[in-house]
Amino acid sequence: MSPTTTKEISIGDVAAREAAGINQMDGEDRMALNVGPSHPTTHGVLRLILELNGDLIEKCEPVLGYLHRGDEKIAENMTYNQFVPYTDRLDYLSPLANNVAYAISVEKLTGLELPERCQAIRVLVCELARISSHLLGMGVFGMDAGAWTPFMYTFTEREKLYTLFEELTGARFTTSYTRIGGVARDIPEGWLDRVSKFCDELPFATDEVEKLLTRNRIFLDRTEGIGQITKEDALAYGLTGPNLRASGIDLDLRKDKPYSGYEKYDFDVPIGTRGDCYDRYLVRIEEVRQSIRIIKQVIADFPSGAWYAEDAKKIFAPPKEKILSSMEELIQNFMIVTEGPQIPSGEVYFEAENPKGALGFYIVSKGGGVPYRMKIRAPSFCNLSILEKLVPGHQLSDITVILGSLDFVMGECDR
Amino acid sequence: MIDQDFIDELLVKHEYLSLVSHEDCLTLSCNRDHWLNFASYLSLEETFDLLVDLTAIDHGEDAEVRFSVVCHYYSRVHHDYIRVHVECASNENPEILSISSVYPSADWHERETFDMFGIRFTNHPNMKRILMWDEYPYFPLRKEFPLAGIDTPLPAPDVVEVTDASVEPAPMMGGPFVSSGSGPMSDSEPRAKDESWTEKSEKPV
Repeated sequence: MSPTTTKEISIGDVAAREAAGINQMDGEDRMALNVGPSHPTTHGVLRLILELNGDLIEKCEPVLGYLHRGDEKIAENMTYNQFVPYTDRLDYLSPLANNVAYAISVEKLTGLELPERCQAIRVLVCELARISSHLLGMGVFGMDAGAWTPFMYTFTEREKLYTLFEELTGARFTTSYTRIGGVARDIPEGWLDRVSKFCDELPFATDEVEKLLTRNRIFLDRTEGIGQITKEDALAYGLTGPNLRASGIDLDLRKDKPYSGYEKYDFDVPIGTRGDCYDRYLVRIEEVRQSIRIIKQVIADFPSGAWYAEDAKKIFAPPKEKILSSMEELIQNFMIVTEGPQIPSGEVYFEAENPKGALGFYIVSKGGGVPYRMKIRAPSFCNLSILEKLVPGHQLSDITVILGSLDFVMGECDR
Repeated sequence: MIDQDFIDELLVKHEYLSLVSHEDCLTLSCNRDHWLNFASYLSLEETFDLLVDLTAIDHGEDAEVRFSVVCHYYSRVHHDYIRVHVECASNENPEILSISSVYPSADWHERETFDMFGIRFTNHPNMKRILMWDEYPYFPLRKEFPLAGIDTPLPAPDVVEVTDASVEPAPMMGGPFVSSGSGPMSDSEPRAKDESWTEKSEKPV
């Protein structure tokens, strides 16, 4: 970007204003407007440099990197389990889903088979994370379009979810729940009943949100036909998740390439027809209902047995009481903590269907407990790459709606 | 899933491809001169219409070919990925053809790869940094770059004038502790991998 200079001109000084070209509206003149990096509609630290012709946006240049922490470099310098807390901070609205995606990627490299109970726990937490993320996405989207009330409903429900997360993992936000070869702990007593109760109550809240938004004239006027993404564009720009499905493409990795036992559950994949902001909202609200469906099936047939891979000797730490009483297990635990889980050499790419889209991990291992290279394929990064093409032709006030409907998280985009 | 017939046909049709041992998805190594052709073949004549990921690997300063670019394509018909490795021409000024003309999603991935590894993608419409600022002098994901970072001037001259501030390396004391896993017990004790700055040694200049 060329350097900008600022000059003070008094409003009354007509000659100076004309010399600086401020009042000319002959279509030749463009105004550069900087949105962000800290602006409420950017949901984080996204910066857009817009070129305006009156109220019409002619060019949009996204500027990223304000939240770049070098997660990939960090991953190359620590053991596999040490990196789990960093995955919380990718898409920090659904940390549980990130934990699971990361654990499955590393397990795929080892060829480890997980017991059914562990898989069921993972599906359960993934769907709870999806509900949590979509509730925020819809609530904030409503707020971006000027509707405050739905936000209050969705956040009330999210608070209940956080209570459930806290009970399961010990943390409300940064859960770090998975380990390579299992999860950090089994589900607490009576927790499934409380999840069931939450799932019974949630439809009332989503119905309220629908009453407030779905047929709301103002909301419709602001979102229908705005930010339309065609099927071809959606694929070409590598969109995934609800943003891709709203454009009418039926791609859900839970169906296409099932992992962690998703093939056992019956659910529908909602898709949009026009790919505008309104469709993206509709797809998300339906996905919440489908997630409830999955959770109910998981709970109805919850497997018993081990909640971690018992045969994973050099990967998953032995039970605590054995570490404290037996030499063999003590050494095993010490090796896993200091040297990391022993992963064979090779390369693996795994994508999980996260609330924001397909979160992928490409891991190159040369053996041992530390990855040689890890690339994180962040769905928000890919979803935002379409902005340069999508935004021009819209009015300035549409920016809030378009950004809100894409539902991105900068923590994941910048890594 | 991709079956053996598909792989055989692909290898016969494209002599510049070679099969790499793989476990999770079909992995091919592609000659760098044909890499753009192969991308457009996958997109136009096959059903791999999603470029899901593009990145690079630094094989280390001593490696014969230091940088290779890795790309993952997804097909909604096969429900499977194809991974393509391609080696970059020069170790000092690595370069490769851009595939953003075929897959627009490659645009940002290539910019990120350039930003992190310094691999230049020729014919890219906007080859500049994406995560780091434009004036940043290093390529952070290269293996010789320290985990703590390197002291770098701030990109805002007006701020530097007043505060004399710069981007400082992170204090790595107590950084991630990993055991080397070999040698006698005293050597394999877990310690921070990046020890360029500890209690004993001064901050690197």
